[in-house]
Amino acid sequence: MDFDISALLPVLPEIFLLTAACAILVIDLFLTRETRFFTYGLSLLTLVATGALVWAVGGEGRQLLLAGAYVRDPMGDLLKVALLGVTALAFLYSRTYLEQRNLFRGEFYVLGLLAVLGMMVMISAAGFISLYLGLELLALSMYALVAFDRRSQRGAEAAMKYFVLGAIASGMLLYGVSMIYGATGRLDFAGIALSVAGGEGERMVLLFGLVFVVIGVAFKFGAVPFHMWAPDVYQGAPVVVVALLGSAPKIAAFAMAVRILVEGLGALGLGWQGWEGMLTVLAVLSMALGNVVAIAQTNVKRMLAYSTISHVGFILLGILAGTTDGRSAAMFYAITYALTAVGGFGLLAILSRKGVEAENLHDLKGLNERSPWLAGMMLLIMFSMAGVPPLVGFFAKLFILDALLQAGLVWLAVVAVIFSVIGAFYYLRVVKVIYFDKPISHAPIEGGMDARIAISLNGLAVLYYGIFPASLLTACRMAFSG
Amino acid sequence: MSADWPILSTVIWLPILGGLLVLFSGDKAPGISRWLALVVAVLTFLSSLPLWTGFDTTTAAMQFQEKHAWIEAFNVHYHLGVDGISMPLILLTTFVTILVVIAGWEVIQYKPNQYMAAFLIMEGVMVGVFAALDAMLFYVFWEAMLIPMFIIIGIWGGPNRVYATIKFFLYTFLGSVLMLVALIYMYLKSGSMSILDFHQLKLGLTEQVLIFLAFLAAFAVKVPMWPVHTWLPDAHVEAPTGGSVILAAIMLKIGGYGFLRFSLPITPDASNELDWLIIAMSLIAVVYIGFVALVQEDMKKLIAYSSIAHMGFVTLGFFIAFTIFTRPEVDTGVVLGMQGGMVQMVSHGFISAAMFLCVGVLYDRMHSRLIADYGGVVNTMPWFAAFMVFFAMANAGLPGTSGFVGEFMVILASFRADFWFAFLAATTLIIGAAYTLWMVKRVVFGDVANERVAGLNDINGREALVLGSLAVAVLVLGIWPAPLVEVMDASITHLVKHIAVSKL
Repeated sequence: MDFDISALLPVLPEIFLLTAACAILVIDLFLTRETRFFTYGLSLLTLVATGALVWAVGGEGRQLLLAGAYVRDPMGDLLKVALLGVTALAFLYSRTYLEQRNLFRGEFYVLGLLAVLGMMVMISAAGFISLYLGLELLALSMYALVAFDRRSQRGAEAAMKYFVLGAIASGMLLYGVSMIYGATGRLDFAGIALSVAGGEGERMVLLFGLVFVVIGVAFKFGAVPFHMWAPDVYQGAPVVVVALLGSAPKIAAFAMAVRILVEGLGALGLGWQGWEGMLTVLAVLSMALGNVVAIAQTNVKRMLAYSTISHVGFILLGILAGTTDGRSAAMFYAITYALTAVGGFGLLAILSRKGVEAENLHDLKGLNERSPWLAGMMLLIMFSMAGVPPLVGFFAKLFILDALLQAGLVWLAVVAVIFSVIGAFYYLRVVKVIYFDKPISHAPIEGGMDARIAISLNGLAVLYYGIFPASLLTACRMAFSG
Repeated sequence: MSADWPILSTVIWLPILGGLLVLFSGDKAPGISRWLALVVAVLTFLSSLPLWTGFDTTTAAMQFQEKHAWIEAFNVHYHLGVDGISMPLILLTTFVTILVVIAGWEVIQYKPNQYMAAFLIMEGVMVGVFAALDAMLFYVFWEAMLIPMFIIIGIWGGPNRVYATIKFFLYTFLGSVLMLVALIYMYLKSGSMSILDFHQLKLGLTEQVLIFLAFLAAFAVKVPMWPVHTWLPDAHVEAPTGGSVILAAIMLKIGGYGFLRFSLPITPDASNELDWLIIAMSLIAVVYIGFVALVQEDMKKLIAYSSIAHMGFVTLGFFIAFTIFTRPEVDTGVVLGMQGGMVQMVSHGFISAAMFLCVGVLYDRMHSRLIADYGGVVNTMPWFAAFMVFFAMANAGLPGTSGFVGEFMVILASFRADFWFAFLAATTLIIGAAYTLWMVKRVVFGDVANERVAGLNDINGREALVLGSLAVAVLVLGIWPAPLVEVMDASITHLVKHIAVSKL
């Protein structure tokens, strides 16, 4: 068998990441608590280096490698860079928090890196098997991270729920995959697309398979009615894990949706019997339930979980519009939402102290008096999530609305904006609590310098992309123009 | 007409960047924040003056234009420009902001740097709304206004401020997002985001009606028109004095500006079809809200309702055009009505600012806005009483003050349209006088009501400066409105010619 090592060059980022994760795992064995900082630093360096490699091997075209299991294309490159950036921020928020709770162990970072690897494999998947491989790697790393705090009952409960529900969803996804394989005889997306276009394969079997696959995708996104895991997992897991969980996997889930539904089963999309119809139902329910139920929450993590569900609805709107503009808008939304979400949870991590979790609304009271800068950053993040200009969340919603109107789905756009207004309330409530209320605790904020720099970068990036969204939008559009 | 330097960008970004500077000056040295804010506000006003002096009154074309690409993918440009309609409103904004900075000098003790910064940033954003010629730029500025106002009412406001500020935000937000859908629709139809292109865009009647209703949702809430006016009394009462001044003097005018810049020229046929709706809502505002103002016990709420009634005049003046068009024997009145609405906007900007500042003066001393707590203020504060009575007369529409000019022009124009419109509109002369003068009688005149009033000090130099500047403005505009009318003339005539032609 001919094997040319240079054929593996585009896969270099993933190879590097895997090697580095294993190396860090071993190195960490020989470090003591005082020198644990090394692991943390190496993990951050790994992320940066992987990002550099993605950029280096990236380019214009589309390359199919590893016997059709791996695809390297501009969409994947941009998503991977965004993913690595968001994860780096999540790592930066984690150090002080973990140290305060005696959880500052190397395993956190190794699991995080493995989750990133899983996500990168998902993003670059050219077929169902590699997609599933990446998905499971991500999921298993996440299950372990959610349970990271051994002493927390909530954490154990959350991890259990996540694991069981995730296993069921994975099972459904595989069931759907098996049906699609049965109908088309292929497992790679390009081949499936050819087969579906050719009209071969039992239509009924294909549609059933499609339904189960959409269920799998919806679970990963956290879309209604497959969202049940999200509030409990977000509330039970340590906030730094939620920072990672609530942001980066949405990017990967977007990639998953595009690869399966658009590249593979694109021909099955149209109309109410296709996946566009299914996504419409998921999107409307997600926006409705997410926005309305979030109003009732007093736990900020849980509230942000429901808010995530509503934002996922918006991302699905972009995909179901069926145009490349819609998909690039959804990509823009996924990336900027991940950036905003990691900042929101990161702020909660900064505000937490030894023995005290800052997870309820009353913990945020009077933040403007305790730290005007952090209050300002949270203001930017909250208004971005609400979709108010000049923050990036507004443009994310704008581009999706444009795609919907282009596709003639005016009623869906009106529904989306009305639910956005309903949803604006709970973001306003957070700003209200931060600025208008007196603080109940005057304890000094113990966030480390790395976390503070991270949140500043985060908040300012949200403002920057809100004033100059053109560069990111063009990058997203180019990712789909090929 | 353009100048050597980008005036409009300066007037927008100078206060925003200056505001950020004030924000970072910290709250340890409040004197620095205040003086810095004052310097920025005065500089902004001075840099906006060339807009007036360099203005070409003979043309309706956009002047001082600036255009740069912003988001190429959506044909969105950073496109600024002013005409006779937006230029006076920009100057009103920069002028009133100076007064707001001075008015908040001593009374704001909690985080003055954030207070001043919020107003300065809001000033820049409001000028942006008036100057924007690109629909998305307009929308970004329009929504961005909400953030500083939300913070101002929420931090420095009264006891029920949280309810008021959230209501204000969500109400205006809902109207605005519907406008957003309309703007995107028109972009997809025309391929351009330029507002001037939208004016020329051909639209069918159903499309026009839907777009008109979407714009109505946004502008009716902003103006505010009955029945979506309920956020205003709460917001005004709970806002700090400076917040009420900006809200009344500028933010309401943005709604009126929206009608002139968007609803009328983009959807003239729908405006024609639905003018009865706007006229009805305006007349209800004038008459019914006037009566509501009569029974108020809280001074700020009374002035808030009076603002709604005065803005009813503005929208009436804008929309009677179509009724007059149907009467071919009458060839004047349309331009008069619109000019009357515009003059009323500027005049109301001065008068309502002054009235809220007067109430603020009293509140700073007595910490009460209830009429019942006052009486015979003239005995202890004669200078203040003089100002308050003057502004009350202006509010009631006394000839010689600016309040009369706008109302007179609109009533005259209404006569051309329909006798009953004019009759109902003219009742404001009675009702307006009733609620304003009755309030003034109870608060200012008579015997000293209680010992707290007996202990009041008259206005100090700073307060006199603010009230005096407004008094001069009201008087000058009332006696000699010609310069303002001249500036607006070309643009309004052009607008009237445009809406006289059907797009169908």
